[in-house]
Amino acid sequence: MAPRAAAIVGIHEHPSRRVDGLSTWQIKGESAAAALADAGLTFADVDAVYDAGETGPMAGIAVPEYLGITPRLVDTTGVGGSSYEFHAAHAMRDIAAGKAGVALLTYGSTAKSDSRSIGTGGPRPMASVAPGTNMEAAFGMPLIANYALVAQRHMHQYGTTPEQLAEIAVTTRAHAVRNPEAVAALTALGIKKNGEITIDDVLGSRTIADPLHLLECCLVSDGGGAVVIASADVVKDTAKAPVWLLGAGEAVGYPGNDRDITTSAAVLSGPPAFAEAGVRPEDVDIAMIYDSFTITVLTLLEDLGFAKKGEGGPFVEGGRLRWDRPGAPALNTDGGGLSSNHPGMRGIFLLIEAARQLRGESTSQVEGARTAVAHGNGGLLGTRHAAATVILGKD
Amino acid sequence: MTSTESKPAPQRPLPSLADPDTGAFWRATGEHRLTYQVGDDGRVVFFPRRHGGGQVRDSAGLGEIYTYTVVRQHGHPFFRAHAPYVVALVDMDEGFRVMAEVDADPDSVHIGQRVRVGWEDHEVGDERLAIPVFSPAG
Repeated sequence: MAPRAAAIVGIHEHPSRRVDGLSTWQIKGESAAAALADAGLTFADVDAVYDAGETGPMAGIAVPEYLGITPRLVDTTGVGGSSYEFHAAHAMRDIAAGKAGVALLTYGSTAKSDSRSIGTGGPRPMASVAPGTNMEAAFGMPLIANYALVAQRHMHQYGTTPEQLAEIAVTTRAHAVRNPEAVAALTALGIKKNGEITIDDVLGSRTIADPLHLLECCLVSDGGGAVVIASADVVKDTAKAPVWLLGAGEAVGYPGNDRDITTSAAVLSGPPAFAEAGVRPEDVDIAMIYDSFTITVLTLLEDLGFAKKGEGGPFVEGGRLRWDRPGAPALNTDGGGLSSNHPGMRGIFLLIEAARQLRGESTSQVEGARTAVAHGNGGLLGTRHAAATVILGKD
Repeated sequence: MTSTESKPAPQRPLPSLADPDTGAFWRATGEHRLTYQVGDDGRVVFFPRRHGGGQVRDSAGLGEIYTYTVVRQHGHPFFRAHAPYVVALVDMDEGFRVMAEVDADPDSVHIGQRVRVGWEDHEVGDERLAIPVFSPAG
């Protein structure tokens, strides 16, 4: 049995996918206040700040200032969408070491309002001249195409089919339809067909970068949220039942001359997380798996040990990962990035929905859910990416 | 009268020759040389970097497609006009993996296909570089 040192005690997901004039700072502030209220705590209780830096440089100073917090610990790990799983892992470690008592994670984004072309490439190349990107910027590889490289190779190497990949988008949409905030999001983002979708719908949508279709890509939305993580001492007095952080692992992956790109850094971050938690993949009720694209989920499910490498396709077939099917974990029960929200860095929502499930508050509540995994993938799955796995459990 | 005044055609974004690690690789492309690095420990290093030491060698320019995609949508004006185009990771015979465009009918491209490097020439100020563009070999 893993020691229970730190727990999620407060959560908030900003409900709007078009924030209409709010800034990223304001989304963070609103979300933080709501998550602390959810926990029965105040800003004065917060002594550790974890921030991915989406508001700009020097966030480690500017965010505590804006929120009026005097932290004794600041962590600005910024590794894209997986940042919040890294933050949860670090908060768990820091709280266990006695360096923090109440940790606050916040996120705010106006990606939709800014018309940011996250997946398909902007009108100007990236300003960065990091050596690795200087080798690639001339080739017009937008983010979606990078993930498509993995999908193409996965299909070649293991016989994975477009229908199997599409299953993932069909399943997350089925969950979104049950979540009023996700339904409102689809409408607000101008998605005409906002009910359930079929495999044929997915494969009939236009191809963005072969073999990935439009409906295999996450939304681009505004949004944000906050998570409060507290020590076992603080947990005694919080408002809601604690959602314990039981284990965590982290890793990065980058291109190599002989790397198998069908395997991500999750294969390194998963085992230590499961070992620390004393949990096996088959014990997991809720799989909150970063769904930037269908291939992301398929790859991560294999890498985390839910299916053998190459067998993710059959594993997801037949709606097996829907919330109401026994025998397999429920996938992204809030609707995921594919059908609820993706403001650019989705990791915080994986923690939030995992906590909802273990509290019994999800709109696709899995009966008797006791164990969840939140796995964030940040950056580019086909080339350089970050991975963090967090295992969560209830009392 | 804007209809007769054509804007200059959008240009492919080019790599920086000023980057201290990869600038030499791009200068070599100006002479149609595809270079790679073999480190002090005998292992192939790519992309080229000072860290890792060793020496730079010229590739024969032959390899096979490890994976690829067909880009059909892009926000940059050059790539929007250029689409659809094939981008691949190519495993070169010397043991390094390079990202590059493949100039071929998207329907004919496949994993494992043998390809040979070709060059798209550019001038940057008074310097030259070339973008590697692969074609089916033999």
